[in-house]
Amino acid sequence: MTQGSEGTGMLDGRAIIDAMRSAGLDTIVSLPDITTSAGLLWPISKESDIRLVRVCKEDEGVSICAALALCRKRSALLMQQTGLFDSLNAVRGIAVEYKLPVCMFVGLLGKEPGVAPPQNKRYSVRVVQPVLDAMEVPNFCIEDNRDIAKIGPAVDRAYAESQPVVVLFGRRVQP
Amino acid sequence: MMLRTDCLKEIANLRGDALVVAVYSSAFEWIGISPHPLNFLSVGAMGQASSSALGFAIGLPNRKVIVIDGDGSLLMNLGSLVTIACVAPANLTHFVCQNGCYEANGDHPIPGEDKVSFSGFAHAAGYRLVTEFSDLNTLRTDLPAFMQAEGPTFAALHVQAGEKPALDYSLMHGAEARRSFQASLDAIVGHRR
Repeated sequence: MTQGSEGTGMLDGRAIIDAMRSAGLDTIVSLPDITTSAGLLWPISKESDIRLVRVCKEDEGVSICAALALCRKRSALLMQQTGLFDSLNAVRGIAVEYKLPVCMFVGLLGKEPGVAPPQNKRYSVRVVQPVLDAMEVPNFCIEDNRDIAKIGPAVDRAYAESQPVVVLFGRRVQP
Repeated sequence: MMLRTDCLKEIANLRGDALVVAVYSSAFEWIGISPHPLNFLSVGAMGQASSSALGFAIGLPNRKVIVIDGDGSLLMNLGSLVTIACVAPANLTHFVCQNGCYEANGDHPIPGEDKVSFSGFAHAAGYRLVTEFSDLNTLRTDLPAFMQAEGPTFAALHVQAGEKPALDYSLMHGAEARRSFQASLDAIVGHRR
């Protein structure tokens, strides 16, 4: 199974940042991830209207975003799938069980472009969506510029229904 | 060494309208000592109280935010000290109740119970003001100035537990508690459903 094979075959960081901004995400909490470093995190760090909070460990970000949501402020956690795995208890305890809209943007390190995550050769990529599905965390993968339009509605739905969402980046985001 | 409940009473006397994040045994004692709609009880994902408090401090920059952490809890999230010091929220005051054990999980000792310095961690991380209290009279004398100081501030409270509080987790995990807390925050931020 392939994904995004009919599209442009790229992810434009500027368009993603615009989509985040349009969705009201004015605070980004992050640990660096090479998949999104040049295309998202470095540009975000230079945006004057987006607050960047650099954390030491990803589960901090789950709690920070959850607290901001309780304050009716929108934010997102930007990280690598390894950080997501490391944060699963916080995702479970805070975002899922307490029903809080924690939005997570996750770079898939090592993913083969154009191949859907569950079909990837790498275990660390292949198991991401099954784990999220088992935890009942809504998630989807984007790997083409056409998919960027899904970000806004997904963020809106997370806040409207007070539940977490994970957006997976299926290829390296370009600056 | 101080009784934790005595310390919490002193903090309660000075909390004003602060939002307070408390953990586990401290939280059960806290809600009895200082019942308030802005008590956020941090259980279920151990170690996350300091990060939750940072989120509240960012989200409510004009509101004092106090976190009453545990030593075992903070050991799970030491990086949060660095993150907090880096963000440097002026409205955040961080207490850690240092009793050297995982009280809610069978009283097992924390690693390094007689060696570790939480104030040392906080100082090295870059908190603006760091102190320790192990004597109740000193706490009574110095706490007002400490709590008025510009944050992020940190105090290690060397405590022993009193009588074990009843651990009714339904109070903390209940949907009603979450709804009540959210309604209180909505009133502050002017959010209308």
